[in-house]
Amino acid sequence: MKWVRNKLDQARKPFEPGQKFEKFAPAINAFDTFLYTPNHTTKKGAHIRDVVDLKRTMITVVFALIPALLFGMWNTGAQYLYQDLGLANVTDVPFWDAFIEGAILVTPLIIVSYVVGLTIEFIFAIYRGHEVNEGYLVTGLLIPMIFPVDIPLWMLAISVAFAVLIGKEAFGGTGMNILNPALTARAFAFFAYPLYMSGNAIWVHQGATDSISGETILGTLAQGKSVAYSFFDAAAGFIPGSVSETSTIAVLLGAAILILTKVGSWRIILSGFAGAAVMGLIFNAFGLNALMQFDWYMHLVVGGLAFGLVFMATDPVSAAQTMKGKWIYGFLCGFFGVMIRVFNPAYPEGIMLAILLMNVFAPTIDHYVIQGNVSKRKKRLAKAKAQLQTA
Amino acid sequence: MSKDIRVKKGLDLKLKGEADKNIVAAPQSSIYAIKPADFHAMVPKLLLKEGAIVKAGEPIFYSKYDEKVKFAAPVSGTITEILRGAKRRILEVRISPNTSNEAVHHENMDLATASADQVRDLLLESGCWPFIIQRPYSVIANSGDTPKSIFISAYATAPLAGDPEVYLADKMGDFQAGITALSKLTSGKVHLSVGKGSSLQGVENAEVHTVTGPHPAGNVGVQIHKLDPINMGERVWTVGPEDVATIGHLFLTGEFKPERTVALVGTDAKESDRKYYNTIVGAQVNSIIGTVDTDHTRIISGDVLTGDRLSNDQFLNYYHNTLTLIPEGNEYAFFGWMPFTRNNVPSNAGTSFSKLLGGKRTVDTNLNGEERALVVTGEMEEMLPMDIYPLQLIKACMAGNIEQMENLGIYEVAPEDFALIDFTNTSKLEAQEVIRLGLDLMITEVG
Repeated sequence: MKWVRNKLDQARKPFEPGQKFEKFAPAINAFDTFLYTPNHTTKKGAHIRDVVDLKRTMITVVFALIPALLFGMWNTGAQYLYQDLGLANVTDVPFWDAFIEGAILVTPLIIVSYVVGLTIEFIFAIYRGHEVNEGYLVTGLLIPMIFPVDIPLWMLAISVAFAVLIGKEAFGGTGMNILNPALTARAFAFFAYPLYMSGNAIWVHQGATDSISGETILGTLAQGKSVAYSFFDAAAGFIPGSVSETSTIAVLLGAAILILTKVGSWRIILSGFAGAAVMGLIFNAFGLNALMQFDWYMHLVVGGLAFGLVFMATDPVSAAQTMKGKWIYGFLCGFFGVMIRVFNPAYPEGIMLAILLMNVFAPTIDHYVIQGNVSKRKKRLAKAKAQLQTA
Repeated sequence: MSKDIRVKKGLDLKLKGEADKNIVAAPQSSIYAIKPADFHAMVPKLLLKEGAIVKAGEPIFYSKYDEKVKFAAPVSGTITEILRGAKRRILEVRISPNTSNEAVHHENMDLATASADQVRDLLLESGCWPFIIQRPYSVIANSGDTPKSIFISAYATAPLAGDPEVYLADKMGDFQAGITALSKLTSGKVHLSVGKGSSLQGVENAEVHTVTGPHPAGNVGVQIHKLDPINMGERVWTVGPEDVATIGHLFLTGEFKPERTVALVGTDAKESDRKYYNTIVGAQVNSIIGTVDTDHTRIISGDVLTGDRLSNDQFLNYYHNTLTLIPEGNEYAFFGWMPFTRNNVPSNAGTSFSKLLGGKRTVDTNLNGEERALVVTGEMEEMLPMDIYPLQLIKACMAGNIEQMENLGIYEVAPEDFALIDFTNTSKLEAQEVIRLGLDLMITEVG
């Protein structure tokens, strides 16, 4: 290990202050601190520090995404081969065939997302003279996971660039953005390239060219047809959809990692599912059309609801920041998600729009929660003043 | 009626290197120093020059903005040096002690009959006043104020901090007299917070509260918040437990004798040396620890969360009862960010097994990462047992938004209350510094 350290120390020399490449220090720092947690010691404030840092936190989210990603790779391959080979069941596709086929299809998306996004992040870090923030490690993986597999790579690249530039850097970079960057990328593609982002032919590889049908459950419902998948199919994720959002079970595995490591807010996840269930129950009670009659518990497992609530709504930067605020924010994410789904079948993926909407309202929710605290303090002051006058 | 204080939020850091509960006399320091920097926001005006011979208790400088507040020599001797820094700011007034042990003698006062003004005048005249710290702002109290209450915390929860039960054991008479004297100065009550089963339960002229819970339960700011929170415009005073005894000693004997019992703690202090040392305020640290290699060891006056970094020839902070030696952590950690690795570093995070494994830890001063943008939310709230939104208050301080700071409770906090936030926060934000700057802004803008 010493050898690696020495090499790194040598490589760093031209980037030291006063040297030729001083400006590009954030770039070499990003690689160095990836390999080694630096030898920096505390200069002020508390003399000792917790072992946790942003890298550790972000990597944990990446780990939490792995079950959904691996399942997504398998499912992408399986959905394609199942129809291509004309098998009876999705699960009849040989496991490794499906996984390898899926991996070949999904990996380019991941590479494009990371290359484009990280390039912009590095440029901004050098331009602004701060270190490269680790947030994009998560965003860069999330983005390919919520796109349809056949999205042309250049469209993906433009969506990523839009999300990072307009969604994040324009607001001041990591920690300052109002909207979740990954959802911004998806929303951008959704409105810019609707042909590639919605409809019933895009959710399985070559769905548009071959006569493969790749309708999502939500798409089917929107057309007033009956659903061909069971609760179990939907929960396990053996259904067409965006790359990695189909399996509620894989997503909940990730949720467990996030909650146990205290990286994701259980409040948002739990209240999000509660909100979706409540809205589902309300629709069930009215039951005016097929979409409204769609069982409330099915709402929880189909589409990107679980994925959105677990990995998108919990993004701490764009979510509500107060404890009470998180309960309200999460609940409304789920609530509006199902509402948009049912009321506007043209946008079957309501959860994306619901979370983006709530991202915008999160500061307002926080504002009112904090005002509660402020007015408590003001009341206490008024009481103390009144006591002083009577005394 | 006394109220118990139960604190749930916070974190007890269990560290190796506790001090043995024996008090020994420290060797006499060859030099003592009073550092104006220990008295935040105070500007000194010198009364004496280099070379002057002083008695113990003789004023050597006073506060420019509150001329009645005087700072007295802790020992008799000669002012050998007045060390100045940039812009001729006074850094240290160094006194080399002589053997005459001459002390200024003040008139004895019968506390039973003494009036508030008499008590106040003696405290100001004797040099005991700087022991009285005012909240808000955590600075020396104004000489003209009458506080709504006075708080004394004799329950130390900070990691490895010196235990008041130990160093007050021989000073109960002084301590009681100090409390009685202070009780004259407030329109309200003197509140004394103690741990469970404390020997201080029977103290009179004060309301005694039993405190339970993890650090920062022992922070006086947390106790004030739970019992009698500070509103805008109000003043509350706090005094350290040993300083109360020093005040009591003044009233009982007429002498200013600022003893300081210091717990030597931390894994870099030899185990046989780790005990309580009885010395005088402003002692040079090498009188206690000798010379240590500061490349590999950090000398901290105070506890690991709030203390001051010192070098071998520097001096104890005026107020501190703890002296900590811990290893410097200037080493690289290969893939140190990998979750669930490096579990030997104490942590409150869910991405380390440290908390689950339990046990006492060795700590070093490694930052364990780099400063980043504020991303993670909800972790600061866990470390602050007050009805205050810490992240929002920190942001208001950063923005210098005075109205928002007032609204969010800046008057109720001191930097030390944010020490655990310094320790735990993922972004390595210097929360104590931000709060200190926020308070300083309030001092200049609001007063």
